[in-house]
Amino acid sequence: MINLEIPKKFGMLINQAQQVSTEIFRPISRKYDQAEHEYPKELDMLASLIDGMNASGESSAGARGVRRDSSEKEKGNRNGTNMSGTLSIIEACWGDVAMVLSMPRQGLGNAAIASVANDEQLARFDKLWASMAITEPGFGSDSAAVTTTAKKDGDDYILNGEKIFVTAGDRSDAVVVWATLDKSLGRAAIKSFVVEKGTPGMVVERLEHKLGIRASDTATIRFTDCRVPAANLMGSPEIETESGFGGVMQTFDNTRPLVAGMAIGCARAALDEISGLLAEAGVEVDYDRPAYVQHAAAAAFLAMEADWEAAYLLTMEATWMADNNKPNSLQASMAKAKAGRVGVEITLRCVELAGSFGYSENSLLEKWSRDSKILDIFEGTQQIQQLIVARRLLNKSSADLK
Amino acid sequence: MAARNARGRDVMGVGLAALNRLAGATVIDRLKLRKPTERAVYEASKAGFRAVGVANRQFAAVQNRSKPERPASAGDSGLFDLNPTDEQKMILEATSEFAAELLRPAASAADTACEAPDTILKRSISELGVTQVGVPESLGGMASERSTVTGVLVTEALAHGDMGLAVACLAPAGVSNALVLFGSAEQQATYLPAFVGDEVPAAALAVLEPTVLFDPFELKTTARRSGDGFVLDGVKSLVPRAATAELFVIGAALDGVPTLFLVESGTAGITIESEPAMGIRAASTARVILDGVKLPAGAVLGDAASYIEAIRLSRLGWAALACGTGKAVLDYVIPYVNERQAFGEPISNRQAVAFMVANIGIELEGARLVLLRAAARAEQGKSYARESALARRLTAEYGMQIGSSGVQLLGGHGYVKEHPVERWYRDLRACGVMEGVVLV
Repeated sequence: MINLEIPKKFGMLINQAQQVSTEIFRPISRKYDQAEHEYPKELDMLASLIDGMNASGESSAGARGVRRDSSEKEKGNRNGTNMSGTLSIIEACWGDVAMVLSMPRQGLGNAAIASVANDEQLARFDKLWASMAITEPGFGSDSAAVTTTAKKDGDDYILNGEKIFVTAGDRSDAVVVWATLDKSLGRAAIKSFVVEKGTPGMVVERLEHKLGIRASDTATIRFTDCRVPAANLMGSPEIETESGFGGVMQTFDNTRPLVAGMAIGCARAALDEISGLLAEAGVEVDYDRPAYVQHAAAAAFLAMEADWEAAYLLTMEATWMADNNKPNSLQASMAKAKAGRVGVEITLRCVELAGSFGYSENSLLEKWSRDSKILDIFEGTQQIQQLIVARRLLNKSSADLK
Repeated sequence: MAARNARGRDVMGVGLAALNRLAGATVIDRLKLRKPTERAVYEASKAGFRAVGVANRQFAAVQNRSKPERPASAGDSGLFDLNPTDEQKMILEATSEFAAELLRPAASAADTACEAPDTILKRSISELGVTQVGVPESLGGMASERSTVTGVLVTEALAHGDMGLAVACLAPAGVSNALVLFGSAEQQATYLPAFVGDEVPAAALAVLEPTVLFDPFELKTTARRSGDGFVLDGVKSLVPRAATAELFVIGAALDGVPTLFLVESGTAGITIESEPAMGIRAASTARVILDGVKLPAGAVLGDAASYIEAIRLSRLGWAALACGTGKAVLDYVIPYVNERQAFGEPISNRQAVAFMVANIGIELEGARLVLLRAAARAEQGKSYARESALARRLTAEYGMQIGSSGVQLLGGHGYVKEHPVERWYRDLRACGVMEGVVLV
């Protein structure tokens, strides 16, 4: 039966995330935006709270809720941890995107582990805060172009290469690294490895200074003859030319709705803020009367909220499909594309509507406009999402539609 | 109106204006020097430019009930769910088949003729029961509970065949649904039996007026109290099948409050004036001119809240029409861009083309989900003003964009009538303009 409301069982989780956003993230949001690279120590006390939320079964609180449980297949319609995880991310990002990216044990690496690790690995890496290292100086979107190498040596792999733009790369306990077993065998030879901090040969070289999400550290990590146990390779160690790349790429089907959720939370913050400011300025938004007979700012608000709602529901659809074990690459990319672009459009438009107040550091509107931009870039840029959607709709291979 | 003619006329302009008057002279027509225009054909087919409303059947109460019948609010599964029910799947399958086999092949000719074939209108009743899906079983219909989502799915599926024909088929359902949702026991007993029978009358819910920046909450059509009844004056615009309609539901301001009135088309003072438009031409749109139309005391349908609900529900109807036609565009351009060759390969191998297709897909899916959320909230008895407004906004904006992309992707071929995309371009623009008519 068609229903697009969030089930009541997620109410407590959503409320918890809202409390954290409002009471913890927002009050320190500006402080850590200005003190880039300083660790928000307030987040430590949150970690155990989040772990507690995670333990409560279906109401998973974040990035680690993305694991797909195939045993649930026959139970009919499910609203599970993909949905609840994304909902809690939305609420938390209403508070501050950078804080969410800095949340211990909630890294995108954790989502990757939850997506592709076997049960033994999942248990072993459970307590780790894991970040994700894919991008290299020589490539961004073209993730098949990995040049970091992993060479089998006895019971270990030896990693060599440089990774950039590793979110939480300095603060995390481990990094999920993409490396190739044999460059000549193409994408099928690309595997992901969990490398724990302190492993000899792994060095965090520097941190970036960024447009936004400044409370989140973005690191460059170099691997020089870095020896990693073979048991830390996730997925199959064989180079299966048929389906090899699918394994690591599958992570994205789960993480893209999460990042879409970040854009949705950030944009909602801006919409809520501007709605209050407009009301103070005497501008009321009427849903029944045509937009064009209302104040131009009210019409702009209606347009923004409509785009926001579309992005939000596309994201919910992608998570719902994941919870029900339906293939969702298309929907995950649609959600990320729409949420990424409207996140930027909405936050920037709200600055314009709020004038000099919105543009100044007296308001968080300008900060959200800077934070939102990364969400249309990482985990696949706008253009990559469009490429994926187009290939799916047109039934084209990456060789045909480049 | 003066502003747009404000550009000064110089000597050349005066000459051009004179030439234009000559070219438009009626003597040329009398000498049969000009082929009849499409518009003239349309007007001729409507038995004259202006006509009085058709003399209608006698509507009379067949059964007296003390209370009106209302469908119960739909249940709430409590879970986010995008799966239609088995019953909805069956209805959807039948409707999609109807749209593909009957509406799509007839669409082009109906667009040109500005008229829906009678057989299609009849079969939409006999085979799909378009007027019956919203009527409760106790009143002879098929609905066991409120079914806004079903209404949306049916509307969408029909519009995938053709929007103009879908509007023509659904116009009577707009009236029967209004009677179900807002009618008194007597109004239901008087009018509904005709809508669940074999000979369903043409009927239309008319709200729109020919006003720039039209606002359905600031109606120019007025209802004045007179004795026990009312007198209506005003003009309703783009009313589907108005020339043959037997019953109208008309929005008019009563003491400044927009209110719905049941108006039988044979009532004195009603004139129908054909009003062909850019699109949805198969719906035979016309103006309904109300000049001192006297109505009995029982003509008021529902109350002020009913009017607001009618506006919200009809916006969902237009959003559904946009989504259906938008999907038709997507389904049509995909094989086209995959087959069309340029520079030695299919044009869909180029990102500039492929990304347009991707964006059609993304915006269509987003708008559709917003529409479905609104419809589900409506049938569950939850507030849906916000969701209805957002669905309308998205379909007005992206419906237009999808129509434009459809033509653009076919290039020159999209601009000619050999392909349906030029019709969809015209039809999709309606969804940001229209109010009323399709009440889901």
